Amino acid sequence: MSVTVFDPNAIDLRPPVWSRVLRFCTRQPLGTFGLVLVLIIAVTGMFAEVLAPYNPTANDFGAMTEAPSAGHWLGTDQFGRDLLSRIIFGARTALIVGLSSAFVGGSLGLVLGVGSAYVGGMVDMIMQRVFDVVMAFPLIIMALAIVSIFGTGVQNVIIAITIPLIPRCARVVRSAALVIREVPYVDAARACGFSASRIILRHMVPNVMAPFLIMVTAFVGQAILAEASLSYLGLGVQEPVPAWGLMLQGGAEEYASTAPWIAIFPGVAIMLSVLGINLFGDALRDTLDPKLRDR
Amino acid sequence: MYQYILKRVLLTIPTLIGAAALVFLLMRLIPGDICLVRLGGGGSSFDPKALANCHAEIGIDRPFIVQFLEFIWGAMRLDFGTSMWSGKPVITEIAARLPVSLEIAVLATVVAVSIAIPLGTISALKQNSWLDVLVRVFAIGGIATPSFWIGIVSILLVLDISGWITGTPWMPPIDYVPFWKDPLANLSMVVLPAVTVGYRYAAVSMRMTRSAMLEVMKEDYIRTARAKGLINKLIINRHALKNALLPIVTLIGIEFAFLIGGLVVTEQVFNLNGVGRLFVQAVQNQDYTLTQALVMLTVAVFVFTNLAVDLLYAWLDPRIRFN
Amino acid sequence: MRVFLLTISLLLNLAAVAPAAEEPKRGGILTYLIPADGGPTLDGHKETTYAVLHATAPFYSTLIRINPENPKSATDFICDLCTEMPVPTDNGLTYTFKIRTGVKFHDGTPLDAHDVAVSWRRVVFPPEGVSSARRTNFVMVDKIEDPDDTTVIFRLKFPTLSFVPAMANPWSYIYSRHMLEKDPHYYERNVMGSGPFKFASMEVGQSVTGVRNPDYYFPGQPYLDGFHAIFAPKQQTRVDAIRADRASNEFRGESPQARDQLLKELGDKITVQESDWNCGNVLTPNHTRKPFNDVRVRKALFMAIDQWNGARALSKIAVVKTVGGIVFPGSPLAATHDELIAMPGFDPDIEKSRAEARRLLKEAGAEGLSFEMLNRNVDQPYVIVGTWLVDEFRKIGVTVTQKIVPTGPWLEAMRAGDFAVALEANCQDVVNPIADTGRYLPHKLYSENFAFHDDPKQVEIYDRMVRETDPTKVRVLMREYEKQVLEVGAHQLPVTWWYRILPMRSYVKGWKISSSHYLNQNLANIWLDK
Repeated sequence: MSVTVFDPNAIDLRPPVWSRVLRFCTRQPLGTFGLVLVLIIAVTGMFAEVLAPYNPTANDFGAMTEAPSAGHWLGTDQFGRDLLSRIIFGARTALIVGLSSAFVGGSLGLVLGVGSAYVGGMVDMIMQRVFDVVMAFPLIIMALAIVSIFGTGVQNVIIAITIPLIPRCARVVRSAALVIREVPYVDAARACGFSASRIILRHMVPNVMAPFLIMVTAFVGQAILAEASLSYLGLGVQEPVPAWGLMLQGGAEEYASTAPWIAIFPGVAIMLSVLGINLFGDALRDTLDPKLRDR
Repeated sequence: MYQYILKRVLLTIPTLIGAAALVFLLMRLIPGDICLVRLGGGGSSFDPKALANCHAEIGIDRPFIVQFLEFIWGAMRLDFGTSMWSGKPVITEIAARLPVSLEIAVLATVVAVSIAIPLGTISALKQNSWLDVLVRVFAIGGIATPSFWIGIVSILLVLDISGWITGTPWMPPIDYVPFWKDPLANLSMVVLPAVTVGYRYAAVSMRMTRSAMLEVMKEDYIRTARAKGLINKLIINRHALKNALLPIVTLIGIEFAFLIGGLVVTEQVFNLNGVGRLFVQAVQNQDYTLTQALVMLTVAVFVFTNLAVDLLYAWLDPRIRFN
Repeated sequence: MRVFLLTISLLLNLAAVAPAAEEPKRGGILTYLIPADGGPTLDGHKETTYAVLHATAPFYSTLIRINPENPKSATDFICDLCTEMPVPTDNGLTYTFKIRTGVKFHDGTPLDAHDVAVSWRRVVFPPEGVSSARRTNFVMVDKIEDPDDTTVIFRLKFPTLSFVPAMANPWSYIYSRHMLEKDPHYYERNVMGSGPFKFASMEVGQSVTGVRNPDYYFPGQPYLDGFHAIFAPKQQTRVDAIRADRASNEFRGESPQARDQLLKELGDKITVQESDWNCGNVLTPNHTRKPFNDVRVRKALFMAIDQWNGARALSKIAVVKTVGGIVFPGSPLAATHDELIAMPGFDPDIEKSRAEARRLLKEAGAEGLSFEMLNRNVDQPYVIVGTWLVDEFRKIGVTVTQKIVPTGPWLEAMRAGDFAVALEANCQDVVNPIADTGRYLPHKLYSENFAFHDDPKQVEIYDRMVRETDPTKVRVLMREYEKQVLEVGAHQLPVTWWYRILPMRSYVKGWKISSSHYLNQNLANIWLDK
């Protein structure tokens, strides 16, 4: 995989940021659509208290499994809780889980990957083996084990999903960083006696940014799906916390014939979020590194 | 090349040992006591003496290092001991459940590959046409939708539709019959789970096929072949596809190893007595020996699949072969 | 003409008085579901999960059992291997059982009183290395004697009304003493009994199959040619399977929505039997943790819960229904409605109750209390009841989060006292209120009680109750005991008793529901009308 080398000393002749963003939007309509979806979800999650009409955890035994109506736009679940409010607050949980896992996992992966590439030698070999071992465990199984140890709940779900993501990110970042290490002017910088941190921060990191950002956007989508799967198995976020995956577990199958809205709306929410994230990620990839188009 | 192969084969050993150590550690960090689960749980009376019996019986009162060494030594001889939950040999427990999972995995791969490669190729050749867009949406749908949701919906659809058409709702059999005993029953049981698991697999492979083909189609030698006047079909089959196959095969191989993750959830949805469901049970029961064996199985599949792909790469890519 | 009309009316009258009971048809295989993963072993003496019972009960005989024609009764016990129900002698200290002759094990060997005695000694006085899960129910047994081939004598240390119901528990399979002599753990991996069905095969983790025992000692039974039991832990799978007639039913109890869905889809092809369940959830505060060591805080928590409205609403979505005290609501020893509403947590005036709860919290200095409630990760009804309770506590200003864990860590945490408040369960088989309410005794006397409290007065009342043989006096003592547990000490609170809903394909006949999913499972009197 080739990477365009970024020279920090070159004069930046590129057009201003807002112009670049506009060009992105016009050239990548699908990506823009994805970005808009993501932004909607982000805003919904952030302003959940303001947007949600009801308290998402308040049981209302007088309104159990009601179909969508004027009072409850998306209907109610088996406890009488308003589905729209639960989906709005669920966006917050999804964002927290998705963004935390992706960014923490990605950042740790970045640090480990670049560090491993820079140091090289025996350290690199050992790190590689460690990555291999952790990556050999499928995500769900690793998450299962971690949740069993630390218990369920939002924080532990984040840990459970973050850990498998770290080596996946580290691997990709390391390959990109390795290319940079061999470039002549980095060699020259080393010969000049520039400190390791300067070389890493000014040269290696900016050049691995492209694959890194692409990985992180993919991770957010994977994290949201992983949380849904864990909750489905009963090992993720627990009642009565509103989370899309959890909503699919409790109500989905039991009420599929009698109250299908309980299963449909959370499923659609998950699908739209991950869709938006993936479309945006694809478009980002196309812009940042055309050679990686549609991979 | 032989150096390359040897190096790759030797590298699997530390990975396997590392994985063994990791799973051993993880299992023992899980709070809880399998004997409690076996003996208690209903809320009725309980015999404390039985607890001590149980601990001695399954040997979890011995020092950790003894247990670990026994595990490694057993693993090398492919003897994983007895399940702490049922007392039966681990190999028996796993062997009883392997056929279903294997069948689904193989079928899912067949489904995925037979959809992904043709559709991905067409999508690449007719880039940005409505067909391309359709395929890409289909692919992204597979990646964005939770697989268990697809499973749930598919069972219900089959039940409802068969109910409307024939009057009695139809559902695949819920206990496993091997293929040779009753091929129809066997296939009807695995087809829905295979499609559910295969959809995501196909989606990922489709995208890879498309991008690999696009990449190859831009190469100079393709342009030369076209300039020479070769028929398009020949170009695609003889030059483009063959060269694009390498990254596609790599991805298919790697994704196969990840199938077991998908199986864990799918087997819950379809109530299949497979390895994935056994996994969840073993972890929840804190059955150390069984979980360790299952994880080693998964890791081994992953490691050896990767090895096979690497070796295939070495064989197919002349640059490595003649290094 | 008159003769014609007379004949017609005569025939119609005959039809009207014809017996409503149908004649059982022989033949057919019953395919049913077991709503769990397979249990660890096959030994009924050792295991406690219905997963094992539902898979093995048809293969074995017991000494006495609940009458399968009247299984809801708590006193109608009949003989299985004995010839008649014994009358206690020596002031209630001796029970002499006469054993049937001509009974054979499935391998052809004869069954006699010695096999019965050996099996029962294994239950009551388990040898070293053998586990007996219900040993503590038989502390009153002093000796078990088998003087000859047809007599077994149980000698008790003290007379008690709880002995006979305890003897009828469905787990005390009669094993072959020859097999046990060869290998005391034989029955953990193998099946060899004398019951209505013989073991045919078992697919590990998947299914168990049995075939008719032609030498069964109840003539004509079993009507079925055999049975096929499939393990299906997921509810939706079971509902779909019954819809598609892949199986006819399960024997534990389904949720109300499963019943509604099946009725809607299958109409009269489904018959639903319902019953109160001898199972319930128990809210258990950990008395060794502050502030739950303060009786005011515990009382406040109990008073926050609107059991009456809650149970009514929850009965639509969960397998719960009845509000009751510590005694199974259908039993004559249970509290009446008036006796119940006098205790904290049962007052129908919930506003008054909650106001008092807030006052108690304030007095105890525990305003703004927040804690984590330990719960088991089983939806029906643990998680649902837990979710309901969280909102109830919110109404008195107490913030609760749920810590939902699989069975293993749930038991471990409770055993270690590593929790603030836990939602436990209380499941018994034969309705035996005196024995069943023993689960509220302090931990050092009943090891499955995780309230970790001490209450000498409670123990003293219980002791008197166990030894009392006059039913009216027992009832008085039971009220005292209940008051001590729920009001004076406020140690634990039963939060809704479960409700058994059993939808079954209408062609399955002969099986009657009881108040426990452990009872009446040997399938001998079931037949298929198709």
